[in-house]
Amino acid sequence: MKFPSKRATGLVALVASAALVLSACGGDDPDSTADSGSTGGDLSVTFLPKNLGNPYFDTSDPGGEAAVDELGGTFEEVGPQEASPDAQVQYIDTAAQQGVSALVVSANDPTAICDSLNQAREAGTKVVTFDSDTDPECRDLFINQATAEGIAKVQVDLIAEQIGDAGEIAILSATANATNQNAWIEMMEAELAANHPNIQLVDTVYGDDDDQKSFDQTAALLQSHPNLKGIISPTTVGVAAAARYLSDSDFKGKVALTGLGTPNQMREYVEDGTVTSFALWNPEDLGYLAAYAAAALVNGDITGEEGDTFEAGRLGEYTVDENAAVLLGDPFVFDASNIGDFNF
Amino acid sequence: MTATTYADYGQPLWRRLLLTRETAIIALVIGVVLYSLATVRNFDSPLTTTFLLLDIAPILFIALPMTMVIITGEIDLSVASTVGLSSVLVGVFYEHGFSIPVAGLLALAAGALCGAFNGFLVAYVGLPSLAVTIGTLALFRGIAVGLLGTRAVTDFPQGWTSLAKDRIGDTPIPVIMIPFAVLAIAFAVLLHFSTFGRGVYDIGLNGEAAHFTGVNVARTKLILFVLSGVVSAFAGIYYTLRFGSARGDNATGLELQVIAAVLLGGVSIFGGRGKLHGVIAGVVLIGVVASALRLEGITVNVINIIIGLLLVLSVISGSVARWFSELWSRRAATASTSPARRVSA
Repeated sequence: MKFPSKRATGLVALVASAALVLSACGGDDPDSTADSGSTGGDLSVTFLPKNLGNPYFDTSDPGGEAAVDELGGTFEEVGPQEASPDAQVQYIDTAAQQGVSALVVSANDPTAICDSLNQAREAGTKVVTFDSDTDPECRDLFINQATAEGIAKVQVDLIAEQIGDAGEIAILSATANATNQNAWIEMMEAELAANHPNIQLVDTVYGDDDDQKSFDQTAALLQSHPNLKGIISPTTVGVAAAARYLSDSDFKGKVALTGLGTPNQMREYVEDGTVTSFALWNPEDLGYLAAYAAAALVNGDITGEEGDTFEAGRLGEYTVDENAAVLLGDPFVFDASNIGDFNF
Repeated sequence: MTATTYADYGQPLWRRLLLTRETAIIALVIGVVLYSLATVRNFDSPLTTTFLLLDIAPILFIALPMTMVIITGEIDLSVASTVGLSSVLVGVFYEHGFSIPVAGLLALAAGALCGAFNGFLVAYVGLPSLAVTIGTLALFRGIAVGLLGTRAVTDFPQGWTSLAKDRIGDTPIPVIMIPFAVLAIAFAVLLHFSTFGRGVYDIGLNGEAAHFTGVNVARTKLILFVLSGVVSAFAGIYYTLRFGSARGDNATGLELQVIAAVLLGGVSIFGGRGKLHGVIAGVVLIGVVASALRLEGITVNVINIIIGLLLVLSVISGSVARWFSELWSRRAATASTSPARRVSA
């Protein structure tokens, strides 16, 4: 109000230089999307995991990248910091705007991201879910690592073996809405009811795929259930955090821990006796297969119909089943005898 | 009364209207948009405008009452928690069989209560708003998460979730912009063209003086906080329907984005200064910059760094420009022989 012209000049000058700085930042950034987005035969694949900084996806996404490189396309990985569905929506929207040929996503919620995915499909992007599915109406294909029954059964079998088939157990899951987690937990409950009458599932807690939170939840579990004999954690972040807690506590060796973990994360706990055995599949293969499936869709080799077959590079040939899903294989059990053979 | 005393006010209307902080921001917005249209691939797609407006809609809404709250010298940090609480209430009521409109009305009522709680503590008990709203930020968020726990309500009716994302006819402008336009005009009239609005500015410049000139300071602040609560609740309803997901942790951190945009738009954090059109331009500026950077594939961390820098520069530039102008005026005052003092505005 006092000196509008002088103040405004100074302001405009400073703010304009800010704009220049901004445009410089915006302009010379890496060429990760250099050739994507164009129509025609160019393949551009964007991976959208549940969240970034998650060791599981840090393994699976490079598998996808390797596949995309083999196919001669461009690869990009985007994702939120926290595993929530609304954070994923923004990235799906951006992918739709960019006109990428395929979006490979691990869903944080089966229905919340549906609208955005369908919008992306309308814009011409093929949508492939992997690891964690959405409603079948919002995606073209689902790449499943193993059957939900198989994954549930192997973990229940492992914990039953380790606690003598009787006692209290608890589950440390990831986020409360994740499709894959809920599918596996449901199967585990069914398996326990059918084949293990002496095991009681006393609690299910959520670590939100956050290391600190999973650690705290493990501590809380052990405090509130003093007779707990075993913990199942079907998430690599959760099982690693729980193992870390147990190995430094009095419960080491007394409370059994199993779940889905990566060999590299779990190796020290298997070697020091905190964990006897755990299961997983190869997430790198999962990402690799998902990328090949996406490429097959983009090229028109398959449409997601039952019976469609496609080649997935070094993994061989795969067939689409009646739920527009492709199965990677069976879960694999890791223990002290074989953990040294793997590096992921 | 020599000519020198009123030299400042001797400026032609066009200079007083156009050479302002707000115009600088609006010019910057236009500049960034033009630059992005030219250099960022896919920026010119109609989807860009739609997604941009859908994304910044909650911030646009909440920035309106926030502007007025900050002009009075107070602050409301609990807006994002009110958004989350409103979102959860919509989900919970819907789950219990209420229709979406009824659930929405109940959420708005809750928002008004939240705002009234804040307003009562700040205006009538006399506590500093920074402290009060930091407390209610945690309180409301705790209630929200406590109501739903870690789960989310996601199966909202398709009709409503589509409405939240629909566009007006064939334009890329989302339908939600209509209530925003109405609200923006209402707030502009309230702030810039009414005695209530003059009172808001007066409180910001000097609360005691305002009180002695007849402004009901306590009631004004209470009304502003209630408005903040209601508008945040409305933003929460929109947020829930847009993402189709009612969660306790929805919109965490939104208050910082709102305040950043309000400050960028020229509102002084010390109160007493600021215009609504500058704030709207500030929100749009941050939205456009973030959208363009996202399309370029830049990660969210770098985007946050850039937005943060922009905010810091904007706040600094105000002080630097004031410093320069004071330097000039001091030279002008010592050079001239006029004993007249400038009238403080």
